[in-house]
Amino acid sequence: MSASQAGAPAAPASAEQTHVHVTCPFCGLRCDDLEIARTGQALRVTRNGCDKAKAGFERPLTAALPRVAGRTVPLGEAIAAAAALIKAAKLPAYGGLATDVDGMRAIMSIADKSRGVVDHAFSEAQGRNIKVLQTSGYFMTTMTEARNRADLFIIASDVHTFHPRFFERVVCNEKSMFSETPPKRTIVFLGEGYDTSAAVGTRIGDVVTLNCPINRIGEVVSALRMLKKGAPLPADVIAGVAKAQIEDLLARCHKAEYGVVVWVPPGLDFPNADLTVHQICEFVKDLNVTQRFAGLSLGGNEGASTAASVCAWQSGYPLRVSFETGAPHYDPELYAIPQLIASKQTDCLVWLSSFTADLSPPATDIPTVVLGSHDLKLAKEPDVFIPVGTPGIDHRGQLVRCDSVVSLPLRDLGRSANLARTVDVLAAIEAAL
Amino acid sequence: MLIKFTGGKVYDPANGIDGQVRDIYVRDGRVVTPAASDRVHQEFNLSGKVVMAGGIDPHSHIGGGKVTIARMMLPEDHRGHEVARGDLTRSGCGYAVPSTLTAGYRYAEMGYTAAFEPAMLPVNARQAHMEMADTPMIDKGAYVMLGSDDYFLRLLAKGGHKEQIKDYIAWSMHAAQALAVKVVNPGGISAFKFNQRKLDLDEKHSFYGVTPRDIILTLGRSLQELGVPHPIHIHGCNLGVPGNKETTVSTIRAAEGTPIHLTHIQFHSYGTEGDMKFSSGAAEIAELINQHKNVSIDIGQILFGQTCTASGDSMRQYGNTKSAHPKKWVVMDIECDAGCGVVPMKYRDKSFVNALQWAIGLEMFLLVNDPWRIFLTTDHPNGAPFTTYPHLIRLLMDKTFRNEMLRRIHPGAQAASILGSITREYTLYEIAIMTRAGPAKSLGLKDRGHLGAGACADITVYEDNPDREVMFTTPAFVFKNGEMIVRNGKIVKVVTGDTHVVRPEYDRKHVEKPLKEYFESYHTVQMENFRLSDEEITAPGCGHAPGTCGCLVVHPTGART
Repeated sequence: MSASQAGAPAAPASAEQTHVHVTCPFCGLRCDDLEIARTGQALRVTRNGCDKAKAGFERPLTAALPRVAGRTVPLGEAIAAAAALIKAAKLPAYGGLATDVDGMRAIMSIADKSRGVVDHAFSEAQGRNIKVLQTSGYFMTTMTEARNRADLFIIASDVHTFHPRFFERVVCNEKSMFSETPPKRTIVFLGEGYDTSAAVGTRIGDVVTLNCPINRIGEVVSALRMLKKGAPLPADVIAGVAKAQIEDLLARCHKAEYGVVVWVPPGLDFPNADLTVHQICEFVKDLNVTQRFAGLSLGGNEGASTAASVCAWQSGYPLRVSFETGAPHYDPELYAIPQLIASKQTDCLVWLSSFTADLSPPATDIPTVVLGSHDLKLAKEPDVFIPVGTPGIDHRGQLVRCDSVVSLPLRDLGRSANLARTVDVLAAIEAAL
Repeated sequence: MLIKFTGGKVYDPANGIDGQVRDIYVRDGRVVTPAASDRVHQEFNLSGKVVMAGGIDPHSHIGGGKVTIARMMLPEDHRGHEVARGDLTRSGCGYAVPSTLTAGYRYAEMGYTAAFEPAMLPVNARQAHMEMADTPMIDKGAYVMLGSDDYFLRLLAKGGHKEQIKDYIAWSMHAAQALAVKVVNPGGISAFKFNQRKLDLDEKHSFYGVTPRDIILTLGRSLQELGVPHPIHIHGCNLGVPGNKETTVSTIRAAEGTPIHLTHIQFHSYGTEGDMKFSSGAAEIAELINQHKNVSIDIGQILFGQTCTASGDSMRQYGNTKSAHPKKWVVMDIECDAGCGVVPMKYRDKSFVNALQWAIGLEMFLLVNDPWRIFLTTDHPNGAPFTTYPHLIRLLMDKTFRNEMLRRIHPGAQAASILGSITREYTLYEIAIMTRAGPAKSLGLKDRGHLGAGACADITVYEDNPDREVMFTTPAFVFKNGEMIVRNGKIVKVVTGDTHVVRPEYDRKHVEKPLKEYFESYHTVQMENFRLSDEEITAPGCGHAPGTCGCLVVHPTGART
């Protein structure tokens, strides 16, 4: 239990305070075993943080104040200005959406009231899975299940770059629930150019790489499916991978007690990548007829899985959703904010980015309100800027993990009492509409 | 402020009132017995109208990951069922799997003031509570799912850890903020991960070596000894499998008198007779339930049309994927803790199997003779959406209507069912038991489900329309904590209901020492973050005034033995 949780009196600014069991909000894995030391407004990751966590927690707090047209104003004035812009808009677009559950609830409420559109910055990537979900579905697993059970991992994205602790926590762990001496694991990297450096340690057995361009993973998986069904392959080399290697992978799959195919939707960044996800999911289904296999999709950075989940339970639909008619309407193409801006359908952008400094609003000439982390990079001064606290640093919160099953509590590390909570700012704007 | 509800025909089975004309008084959200000198500030003349406590749904999948998977998977469920924002209400949509806000409004508009999520995975408890918090109007709570989680199974497999298991069950209820405990395909969800494809009552789990019978008895007895009001809520082995009535019969006998609740029993009452090798086991099971006073049930009635099944039973749901309509589904293995399966389903009256399932549910309703031990459910959305309850009530109360419906179904199913020969019609008193008093009593909600002094003033007023479907679809008034929230079936005030939990006694230090180590060794969530704090499910600064925020009501448990 952290000192702040125990209700200890506020420490003097110079004293170091340690927080344990801290959930990291900076990637979709939601590692919750971090220790963070705070001295005044400075945070230091003292245990279990990856580079992303260090970069996120340790960046210095800058003195950011609400601004209207670049001029520093009291918060109330910024709220009134934001409300005026939204009120005047025909179709306000709520984008970014890098926030926690309460922040997303507040977005849904104001978007409903102002008849706007909601779209997370990473909806495109997330949509690769959603399209498969809505056409054929899938057989999935979660992190603890894979950590303890899997003896074969097929890695179909550059996982280590997106999620630096995935291998440490789910693949290279020495202990397993089901054996005192758990067997070594086979790791197959399917795709080229990945950082494979993390696949090391006593649990790691064979490491195999099938070098195919990432946008041709689907062809290799399709070949696996054909071989499994006893169909001849159309060529001896598929997407740069020799038939013998594909046969070898299929044999490994058949031998596995519990195989897991891992992918990161933002890592499959090429046209029609949902078809690759589809092939993977259908292959997993094929195998499950007689044995056990599952998919594990990661991603979910910048609160993407939280935004999609909250949107789905409150509106009925995953992103992207428009409330223009007063009722929710779902269309993942039509309501993409970049498209709405380009086609001049939206006349006001409300951008919410409360975690990193890098999730900046798109360049646009339409009136823009930004609710951002204190150091959010802005190419252009927005009409209204309101600095907001980072959930899990400046206030409590909750986030959904990338598997959309587990959610974690975020702690208030007590860094700044001056940064407003997104939910309070949005509630105030909504009240002023 | 004293409110008087004057002259309604009151059906309040908990207090033995069967349609007598009574006045009810409410002050500060509670039913009271006023002094003769007390001044009435507001009066509702309910002459000719039917008055009951607010409806309570003890088994409805309204919150948690699998429902949201279903929502995401089925945009076609929502299109054409959009609900625009109103003056008071938020927008939403959905038929079988409505959005949370819409679900809350619809329950209230139908005269229900509470609904309970029966399958909250411990690792998904935080999200289940988030979704329930976003379900307005009604009270809610959830049953935490145990019995396929590694920690429980390993304790059970080791043997002799009776008190430790009880501590762990109690800890799980606290950690997940639960009202009861459910077991789903006992041990089977875990067995499926080891590639077992079925697990009968006395079949051993290939890894832990324990049987579903061991699991059910351990959970059932532990809950009884922990003083938890609701008995173990059992979704048995072999859901949906022809011939599973034998498993159900064996499960009832296996309880050896320990209180058990068998949920959605319709899905567990199938024989293998006839050309189609599918027949009704309702008569046999109903007879057994009539004899075994330790057993309560809910039905999980199916009604025809498109819906979506969503269950923790990954093993059986995987088996059901071949019947998916439309052809898409999700099955998941979850955290060495649980699983889930989401399979859309269209029940057709011209399908022999679906038609007979419909008849089996109704047979069971009509053949179990004690309404205090049978609750009205469709296992929303698995058998049908909860919005079909008024139709279901009419089927139970109106023999002529029921027989008309029976004549429309697959002729083979008509011939295979005894439904047409059953003359019983439920009375309003019995409906009030099945939809209010019974569930409240079973769940240990002492101040809900009745209208005696001290009760929470959740009150539903109906027109006494002989068409019971019309009557139960559109109540004249619904009051929550004494405040009018619905008038003529439309929302007039939006409120937030309470979250109900129980907290059996346990030795926290004793259980958390090994658990902490266990979580650190094997899990991807720390024990400290697995636990759901009160602060996470109550509004900040909540003074716990019922009805004003999503606050917690902790119901008492009996003494631990």
